[in-house]
Order: sequence, then structure tokens, then C-alpha cells
Amino acid sequence: MASPMRIRATMINGSTEVKVLMSHPMETGQRKDSSGALVPVHHIKEVIAKHNDKVVLQADWGAAVSQNPFLQFTFNGGAAGDTVSVTWNDNKGETRTDQVALR
Amino acid sequence: MSLDRRNFLSLGVAALGTLVSGLSFPLRLLAQHVRPDAAFAATDMAGVYAAIGSTPETSAEIVFTSPEIAENGAVVPVSVTSNIPGTTKISILVEKNPNPLTAVFYIAEGTQASVQTRVKVAQTCNLYAVIEANGKLFSASRETKVTLGGCGG
Repeated sequence: MASPMRIRATMINGSTEVKVLMSHPMETGQRKDSSGALVPVHHIKEVIAKHNDKVVLQADWGAAVSQNPFLQFTFNGGAAGDTVSVTWNDNKGETRTDQVALR
Repeated sequence: MSLDRRNFLSLGVAALGTLVSGLSFPLRLLAQHVRPDAAFAATDMAGVYAAIGSTPETSAEIVFTSPEIAENGAVVPVSVTSNIPGTTKISILVEKNPNPLTAVFYIAEGTQASVQTRVKVAQTCNLYAVIEANGKLFSASRETKVTLGGCGG
């Protein structure tokens, strides 16, 4: 199964900066392997980031987001002890959620 | 007696509160977006704009950064910040990719209209950031020269 995401959430002047590094092949379906066969498409379709229970960012992605996607965004607020969670769903129905606590 | 009445009223208020929060939950679900599949499947910029309904107007209020020269087209860092008030969506498009539309970010209230990510760029071309604010579309573009393609081939 997919490896964990690396999430770093930092509080800066009343807002929280979130950096996420996901682990995903992000195959476009256009690349050929060494034997010349097409590598089937396999990419993250949807990303949902939450601060506690509130959705702060959602994204729909195509296959052209780079392998092992990186994402950075900032939301207002955030206090020590709050959680930031990130979920992704891919086109093969795989999903993964990871979370970190704000410190 | 009056205490009873007060208790009774506060019960009513609590019940109303539950009802309202109960109602707002499905409303929020309804407000959720639908993945713009047609726009993702479009194979050129005109197709994407047709799928999203209109062509954006160029705006100087969008801060869009990408490298001028990308040595590796498979990993091109891009950053989009919109200074347009009421920004709800940030899309990233790569003109000459097989499917230009790469990513759409939905900005919730209280989240800054600024995202950074990395995209694949198949060949030297323009990258576009398209912003939706108050139902209108705005865009900014930048050219990125690619010395090695993003498709590994």
C-alpha cells in the first residue's frame, strides 16, 4: 500500500502553513516501460485537507501533477493541539489519510 | 413556575440550534464541487475553456511563478497567489501537455488564495494560472522552457 505522507504544519503569525509531500507514482498512462508496454494510468484524483473537522483546501488533480506530489498552502488560525489532516484518493480507488498535530 | 418557563425556552433554543446545525451539514455537502471531468479530458486550451464555460481575462493581480528554464520537465515547481478578493478556485494549466488542465484547488473561507505544487511540463510552453473569483475567471501566464521532457521518454 501507499507509504505515509509527510506533513509539516507550522504556525506563523496567526496562520498555519502546511507542506505536504505525498508518496505516489502519478503515472500519466502515456509512459512506456522498458519492454515497450504502456504503464497504466495511476494518479491522485482528489486531495482534501482539514483543520480539525473543517475542510480548508480541496483539490482535483490530473495526471500531470509530478510524481510524489508536493503541496503547500496556508490557512488562517490554528492553535497548539489542533490537527491537520490530508486525504488523497486516486483513480484506482486507493486512499490514504495522514495527520499531524500542531505544536 | 417562571423557572420552568425559562428552562422550557432554553430547551427550545437548544433544539433549534441542533436543527440548524443539522440542516447546515447537508447544505455544506451540497455546496461541494463536482470534479470537472470534461475540462480534465480536454486536449487543448480552447477545449478546457469551452468545458469551464468561458475564457478568463488576463489579470495583473495574480502572482504566478514558475522557473524560466526547467531542467527537468517532470518536476516544475509552480506557485500561484491570487490578490483578487473572493478567490474560490485556483487552476493550473500547461498549454502543450496532452491534457492542459493539471490541477484545480478549491479555496475554503479562511484559507489564503495561495498554493504551491509541482507539475509535469511535456515541452516548452506557456503555463497558465486561472482564478475564479465571484463567478468570474481571471488568468496569468508564464513561459517555461523545458530542456528535458516531462513524460520520461
